[in-house]
Amino acid sequence: MNDLLIAGGIGVAFGWALECAGLGDPPKLAGQFYLRDFTVLKVMLSAMLTAMLGVFWGGRFGMLDPGALYVPETYLLPQLVGGLVFGLGFVLSGLCPGTSCVALASGRVEGAATMLGLFAGVLLVGLAFPVIAPFYRATPHGPLTLQRLTGLPYGVVVALVTVIAVSMLAWIAKREAAR
Amino acid sequence: MRALRPYAEPHATGVCLGLVLLACFALTGQGLGASGAFASVASGIAVAVSPETAVHSAYFRSYLQDGSPWTAWLVVEVMGVLVGAAASAALAGRTRLTFVRAVRPSSSRLFAGVAGGILMGVGAALARGCTSGLALSGGALLSVGAWIFMVALFLAGFLAAPLVRRLWP
Repeated sequence: MNDLLIAGGIGVAFGWALECAGLGDPPKLAGQFYLRDFTVLKVMLSAMLTAMLGVFWGGRFGMLDPGALYVPETYLLPQLVGGLVFGLGFVLSGLCPGTSCVALASGRVEGAATMLGLFAGVLLVGLAFPVIAPFYRATPHGPLTLQRLTGLPYGVVVALVTVIAVSMLAWIAKREAAR
Repeated sequence: MRALRPYAEPHATGVCLGLVLLACFALTGQGLGASGAFASVASGIAVAVSPETAVHSAYFRSYLQDGSPWTAWLVVEVMGVLVGAAASAALAGRTRLTFVRAVRPSSSRLFAGVAGGILMGVGAALARGCTSGLALSGGALLSVGAWIFMVALFLAGFLAAPLVRRLWP
């Protein structure tokens, strides 16, 4: 029960933040792929940086144990193909799974259309699973992280990702200022 | 029509979203998610309609093994997303009721929304996560698969964008 209260509370904050940023607005999200509106990248990079640095420094100061967190497992080919198919769907609908809920909640019928498609998509995979299971389970690498892949220390990878992400945000800011 | 209140500053909102994700890591040991909730509900529907079909698929089974799929952690989280987003939009005067004629989207865009949803459902199922669960949460934990997914997603989006330009004038 307590778990579900946390789930609901985290969800409310998550939806609130996405709506505030304007990520329930399909033309705005699609605008990212036409380099007209950089909100998607700005929000994603800022959020990722905050959480990554929070986990790293939280670990350093003993406030949480980064090793105890669930790291999504890597399945090279399914995630590469899944990402390509997902990106195609993203630019078609102008929404992703989380933001489709935000769109519906802010009164946009496009959100409901995308949610309907999402149910159909996962249902298709579930029904076709006996056929696609070999591909689904192909190229497994377990909970592989960038630090384990490269052999670099955790702190160095965090620093490199920070430099790359901040450079991207600075490039976006410069591009927008030049207009 | 009344002017809609502008959205919040994206970097600051991104930092807030990152803090929500950090709180989720600290409280539950795992990240946020969205597509998993759709998979959970779809599995619930599958088992209600045809239990034999559902148990035949290891994909549905994986969502049915830990109690009811209707009250899975992610399903409750996504219900929270609906509530939070609705409250935020309403309080800021940004709710756009699309049954009002002036803001009704074209039927081609609704069709594209359903088609895009199907593709994202398939993509997220293959990748074991979506923009929130895999790209953002896994990306923050430096998961290799999360970064591959994120790069592939934007690559496909940018490459396909010129082909569907008519949808987004």
